[in-house]
Amino acid sequence: MIGSSRNVRSFDWVIILLYLLLVGSGWINIYSASYDTDALAFFSTDNLFIKQLLFIIFGIGLIIFVLFLDAKFFERFSSIIYIVSLLSLLGLFVFGNTISGATSWYKFGSLGLQPSEFAKAATALALAKYLSDIQTNIKSIKDQIKAFVIIALPALIIIPQPDPGSALVYAAFFFPLYREGLAAAYLILGFSVVLLFVLTLLFGPIYVGAGALVIGIFLFVKNRKRRPSKRLYLGIVAACALFAFSVNYIFENVFEQRHRDRFNIVLGKEVDAKSIGYNTAQSEIAIGNGGWLGRGFLQGTQTKGKFVPEQHTDYIFSTVGEEWGFLGSTFVVLLFIGLILRIIQLSEKQKNDFSRIYGYGVAGILFVHFVVNVGMVLGLLPTVGIPLPFFSYGGSGLWGFTILLFIFVKLDGNRINEW
Amino acid sequence: MRKLLLLSIVLFTGVVFVGRLFYLQVYDTSAAVQSENNAIKVVYDYPQRGHIYDRNNKLIVSNQPSYDLMAIPREIKPFDTLEFCKLLNIDKEKLVKELNRARVYSPRLPSVIVPTMSKKEYAYLGEQMRKYEGFYIQKRSLRDYQIDFGANFLGYIQEVNQSIIDANPYYQSGDLIGRQGVEQQYEDILRGVKGVKRFQKDRFNRIIGSYKNGILDTMPVAGNDLQLTIDAELQKYGEELMTNKRGGIIALDPSTGEILALVSAPNYDPALLVGRERSKNFTKMYYDSISEPLVDRVLLGQYPPGSPFKALTALIGLQENVIDTSERISCHGGYNYGGSKPLGCHHHASPLAMEGGIANSCNAYFATVYRRSIEKFKTPQEGIDNWKAHLKSFGLGDFLGYDLPIGRPGFIPNSEFYNRSYQYPKYRWYATATISNAIGQGEVSMTPIQMANFTAAIANRGHYYKPHIIKKIKGVDTIPTAYQQKQQTTIDPKYFEPVVEGMHGVYNYGTASTLKIPGIEICGKTGTAENYTRIDGKRVQLTDHSTFVAFAPKDNPKIAIAVFVENGYWGSRFGGRIASVMIEKYLKGNVTRKDLEQWVMTHSLEDEYAKPQSGKPFSINDGKKVVAKFLLEKEEDKVHKK
Repeated sequence: MIGSSRNVRSFDWVIILLYLLLVGSGWINIYSASYDTDALAFFSTDNLFIKQLLFIIFGIGLIIFVLFLDAKFFERFSSIIYIVSLLSLLGLFVFGNTISGATSWYKFGSLGLQPSEFAKAATALALAKYLSDIQTNIKSIKDQIKAFVIIALPALIIIPQPDPGSALVYAAFFFPLYREGLAAAYLILGFSVVLLFVLTLLFGPIYVGAGALVIGIFLFVKNRKRRPSKRLYLGIVAACALFAFSVNYIFENVFEQRHRDRFNIVLGKEVDAKSIGYNTAQSEIAIGNGGWLGRGFLQGTQTKGKFVPEQHTDYIFSTVGEEWGFLGSTFVVLLFIGLILRIIQLSEKQKNDFSRIYGYGVAGILFVHFVVNVGMVLGLLPTVGIPLPFFSYGGSGLWGFTILLFIFVKLDGNRINEW
Repeated sequence: MRKLLLLSIVLFTGVVFVGRLFYLQVYDTSAAVQSENNAIKVVYDYPQRGHIYDRNNKLIVSNQPSYDLMAIPREIKPFDTLEFCKLLNIDKEKLVKELNRARVYSPRLPSVIVPTMSKKEYAYLGEQMRKYEGFYIQKRSLRDYQIDFGANFLGYIQEVNQSIIDANPYYQSGDLIGRQGVEQQYEDILRGVKGVKRFQKDRFNRIIGSYKNGILDTMPVAGNDLQLTIDAELQKYGEELMTNKRGGIIALDPSTGEILALVSAPNYDPALLVGRERSKNFTKMYYDSISEPLVDRVLLGQYPPGSPFKALTALIGLQENVIDTSERISCHGGYNYGGSKPLGCHHHASPLAMEGGIANSCNAYFATVYRRSIEKFKTPQEGIDNWKAHLKSFGLGDFLGYDLPIGRPGFIPNSEFYNRSYQYPKYRWYATATISNAIGQGEVSMTPIQMANFTAAIANRGHYYKPHIIKKIKGVDTIPTAYQQKQQTTIDPKYFEPVVEGMHGVYNYGTASTLKIPGIEICGKTGTAENYTRIDGKRVQLTDHSTFVAFAPKDNPKIAIAVFVENGYWGSRFGGRIASVMIEKYLKGNVTRKDLEQWVMTHSLEDEYAKPQSGKPFSINDGKKVVAKFLLEKEEDKVHKK
């Protein structure tokens, strides 16, 4: 139990320290991004930074609660947690509230709860439970499909809310699957799909199809002594071409203009800083304004002028960039990298499959959030609205990530007891 | 292997992100500029430009409020264009054109629609303004001239152009800067320093507070008032005298180098370059290539000085010990130096010593003296360079260093110049080749202000102060030390007295004896300068320029003056009359020689100036000589063809 000093020492304090640093610096930047010189009394709960402070305090309560529970509780109740989570997502279609276009919220008075933020932890638990089952064999197609279903169900419910960003995060579960033995072919396939997708957008389907054909013929001729199968090569080339053309079709006919724009901006095809590219351009200006050491706390002109939209939520990293400069931003990047690496390192130490798989799930989810969010803010990836863990303003997000992380801290702390 | 996938991707991502941050924050510096444009609004607070006073503390230039009609295109609501145009006194096309221009410039930012409306126009419009949304009136300050003369030395104010902005970071687009004259020369003093306020803007371009609590803001520093050395009364009188003439008058106070009057004719009313008609008026004067009202002839005109230069020839002769005051030199209607054409002279008593030589302006006398002072040296080269060194000490052949932004150095030839033109050492040259210099013709040229300056140096018996127009910077109470330093000439003061006596003789019994002013002992020297122009590519002589230099009183001189009237024929005709009444006006405050004044005022040279442009044959120098024969022939051709 948490009361005993042995247990307290068994928690990984590196993770806890990194967590506190992230939440703390996140709050400082939310303060800066939402601070308004004369608008409100400091302690008014209309101030977003005061709200976030309350969220953090409640989050600490959640941490204590999670650490108090028995480590075995999570494994035992994972299926139930998962089902409750799915139901809470489905319930949105009936009871959900719409905020900025997405019906992702339950309203309790002034407090909004976003179940998709908690579903990630639930799915991680369910997947860990399923994969750690002795009867599950990840090499078998049947079990692979079952695992995919566990992952895909919440994502499929989230997509039509619509919240494609949150759904995208479920791709993170590829990492624990791969770690547990999923065939490398999936990796190659996934990588090829992404590569073909980008190439098609950049060069058009005709060039990509032609390129696939040339490479196919080249490899075929090169390997002709080994008597390669013509059909296989032909099939792969055909699949590439077909994929390229369908990507092109979907991009041009199924995607809406705003989606197309988001890709085009990142691919450098279309730069219009005033309308479409406004978010990205403003975010880059704010970050660039930071220089080596930043403008200083509360001194960011872009932050003060609120030029970057959603700066306290999805674009919070631009505040870091402007006010704390290259040094501060690098520090935050290192905090995230450090946290993720620490989780991976600890996961590998787990003697219990459930804990290890869950740890990989946590690392994957945090990583995907980090990459997609910071990549977007830095103008490297298309605009996808997902928060930066521990940093972005919002109670559900903070609590969801806190629970996700501290379940792992609890599982890890229990490692010794499993001996 | 399987353990490494996520690990390596995470590390790779870290490297990419830090690299991207480095690129955005450290390598690419354009963001700082963009963010400044984004978020900071800079507002300038312009101090009032300093006033300008004359030497008697009479206000001559002050400021007046002016009103610009501004518009923010996207805030304009439909309005009654007809009524509005009537109020503004412009036609509808003009309004539509200006509004379109403003919209193209920026729909959100203010543009000037009608600039610089007067107080009267504004008063009429003011109470109606509320009817026209999106328009407003912006006040600014313009020059208000209390005098309708003196534009040549006052200069004017204009909006800065891109090259000024590039060269001087103080100026922003839309700022005003002094151009020409005192306005340009003392721009920094008159202008003051504008105050800067920085505001933080938000994404709607609204001001949300001061930037960094105003620690970077500065208060405006008011411009200082200037007192000029110009005597406004004298200046005005001079300009009146020069009506219908071209040329200039420059009067100095020899004891200080102060410029009392700086008249360039034709001149213009400085108010022409203020307000709505400014650009129209400026263009008109700028393209007037015949009378060139924007050219300051006193500072920019380089002319052969003519006879007044003889005083310098005499001084150099005395200093070089090649002549004394008693030696008489005979003149047989000119000076024959062995060339095919003698240097002619007019009719006067002969032989003459120095005083009489100056008073009667004898060419032969000065040719002799000049030749001796060159030939004193072993080579003419040394002689010429020695001669030039003396003239340089009078401020000739180089920029004089006065405090106005324009000027010319004039020209005093040196040995190098003659070596080049005579192809020395292939051919040799001697003092006689340069003999025209003796009488201020030939290669010598100078600006009228240089002539006034050497006259002042003679008046002071050997020294001068650099001419200047600044008398006092109010609140500073000193002037640049360059104008307080005595400039000593290379001529010993004792040699000046005979020359001064000669110049006094000019008035007493010489070439200006009809111009005496009762009660004032004036010393002067007439000058008549031949000049040429080109008509249809041919060199054509025009009526001589009338020049005159003078100072008075003879002892303790208070004014030195140079007058220059283009095509005024002979020295005492226009130049001498003008110099005499100007001196009387300055020293006495009123003019008793009304006959001289009357003659100058009623005589116009416009007919003279029209001659070269007429395309018809014409005579010069009072009909004695018909020039431009080829024009005559052309006329005849036309008759024949008919």
